[in-house]
Parts: sequence; structure tokens; C-alpha cells
Amino acid sequence: MSDLPAEVQGWIGQKRYEIEGEFDVEPGYIYTTCSSVENGNPIYWDEKAANEITEGLIAPPAMISVWFRPHLWAPNRTEQVMPLQVHFDLKETFGLPEAVMSDNTVTFGEPVRPGDRLRTWQVLRKVSGEKKTKLGTGRFWDIDVEYVNQGGEWVGTESYTGYGYRRDS
Amino acid sequence: MSYPTLTADQVNSGDSLPELSKDVSPVTVVLGAMASRDWRPQHHDHKFATENNGVRDIFMNTPNLAAWFERYVTDWTGPYGRMGWIRFRMKDSVFPGETMVFNGTVTGVDTDDVGCAWAEVELELVSGGRTTTVCTARVALPAHEGDNPWKRRGDDWKPRASS
Repeated sequence: MSDLPAEVQGWIGQKRYEIEGEFDVEPGYIYTTCSSVENGNPIYWDEKAANEITEGLIAPPAMISVWFRPHLWAPNRTEQVMPLQVHFDLKETFGLPEAVMSDNTVTFGEPVRPGDRLRTWQVLRKVSGEKKTKLGTGRFWDIDVEYVNQGGEWVGTESYTGYGYRRDS
Repeated sequence: MSYPTLTADQVNSGDSLPELSKDVSPVTVVLGAMASRDWRPQHHDHKFATENNGVRDIFMNTPNLAAWFERYVTDWTGPYGRMGWIRFRMKDSVFPGETMVFNGTVTGVDTDDVGCAWAEVELELVSGGRTTTVCTARVALPAHEGDNPWKRRGDDWKPRASS
């Protein structure tokens, strides 16, 4: 029998914190990212090559979470959902002040293209019973962050395993 | 126009990816953080990084490391290579003044049930002589000349198959 509070059990498998990106996928950040890692792949730079290979210019798939990191300031901004809010909800609910991310897998779907406006949400997949590790005592949890484009096509998923814990005294 | 293309029949388990080496400067770290909209001070403010994080300098952020790994893999495959998934485990940080060295090995080559050819690779980033990140990735390759994994849509694209 699960020792999870009913509130947490209710979160498992549920879409939470669905938001739309604040801005369209933009070439400037694509070029800046490619420049930062000296990535000369023509599908990001050369329209002719991109038309032939990827049916038009695309963003590097690994940029997927960039489109939800806000500008430092924006007019009329109200409260923002924190990236991985579900992770912070779990820390708070279980009273676990410390946390680490032990594993991060990103899976890529349809290519993301300049002009796309993406949506994202978070899904809690599972939470372990209490476990003792060398860091302390706490729980492991798996969270998926799903991304789709404006047409509802799946463009990627980030999967995190987190461990929330308190140091043993 | 033709572009360098690695096809699945040219790849075998145990193959090594060409090594990639890059000297890291403060600009490398700051540009990478800016490119990924990461304004957290440990990636641009030496005083904050040393006094608050207890590390010896600013350090590279994770999204930019992901971009470095992606570049490393597709330098090897050419532009027809399409990443299916990538999995990271961070062990240490990358600091200015170090040299990053990327290495990789092919651990498997297969074809999925919709005919897409895949290579799995294990990757390692050594910086300043320390293994800072280990990574596994699955990348789709053209099965033969004329094939193009980027043309796969919907049910013909199954990157999760072996994740």
C-alpha cells in the first residue's frame, strides 16, 4: 500500500502547470547557441541546405528548454511558473529542504522551427517510498516535462529523476 | 548539393568518434549561459560563484553542455544525423582555464520496427583532466545513401524505442 499523501497520489500522471512560451522560437537565439558551441551544421545556418534536409531551417533540438526561459525583464509580466515547479511542490509537501537531480534524459520529436510557439506542461510519473542514501533521508521522484508546438505535435520530453532529502543529523 | 553523410552501414559497435577539444575561457562560459537564457550568477559572476557556491570560478551551465554534446555527435554524423534522445549525468563542473575533451564510442547499431536506423553512443567529457559529464545518446542515421531520418514524421519516428 502506498504511503503517499492523497494529494501527491492525485498528481501522478496528471498534466500540471501548462503554459505557452512567452515568445516565438527565434533565429537570434539559434545563431547565438550555435555560435557558443561552434556548431556549423548547415540545417541551422544555410536555408538551401535546410530546405533539402529538414524542409526548412530548424532549431538545434537540444535547445528545447531555452524557449521557456524568460527574458530577464518583460513588460506587464505577472507571476511565472518556475521550471520544474512539480519538483519544488514535492520538496515542500514532504518537507525535504535539499534536492539533487540524478539523471536527465531529453527525447526529441518533431523539429522545432523559427516562428513556432511551444507549449509545455509537467507530469509527475512516480514517487518512491522513503529511502536512506549517503546524502540523507528522502524520496526519489520522476518528472516529465512535455513540449508541443502550436499544432499540438509532440516536439520533445525532458525526463528528470530527482532526489529530495533532509540531511541526517 | 551533397553534404557529408554517415550512413548506418558505415558504423559498427566499438567505433570511436573523433576527439573534440576546446579551450574554455570566461567568454565560453558566459556566452553559453546567455545563449540559453540562463541568468543565474554562478555562470557569469566570479565573486558569487566562489563565495556562494563554494567553487573556484564561474562554470558552464547544463543547457550549454547539452548543446556541446549535440554538436559533438552531429559533427560525426553530418547534417542527416537526427538525435533521438540524450541522457546526461553530471559529475563535476567545467571551469575557465580548462580544456574540454569530448570522446565517444559506438555501443550499438540497430534498425527499429519502422525501418529507421540508429546508433547508440557513449560519450564522455573530460575537462581539466577530470571526467565532468557522462552521456548516452541515440541518433538516427540514414540507412543508406538517399535515406533521410528528418523526413520521418508521426508514427514513423520512434525515438523512445530503446530509451
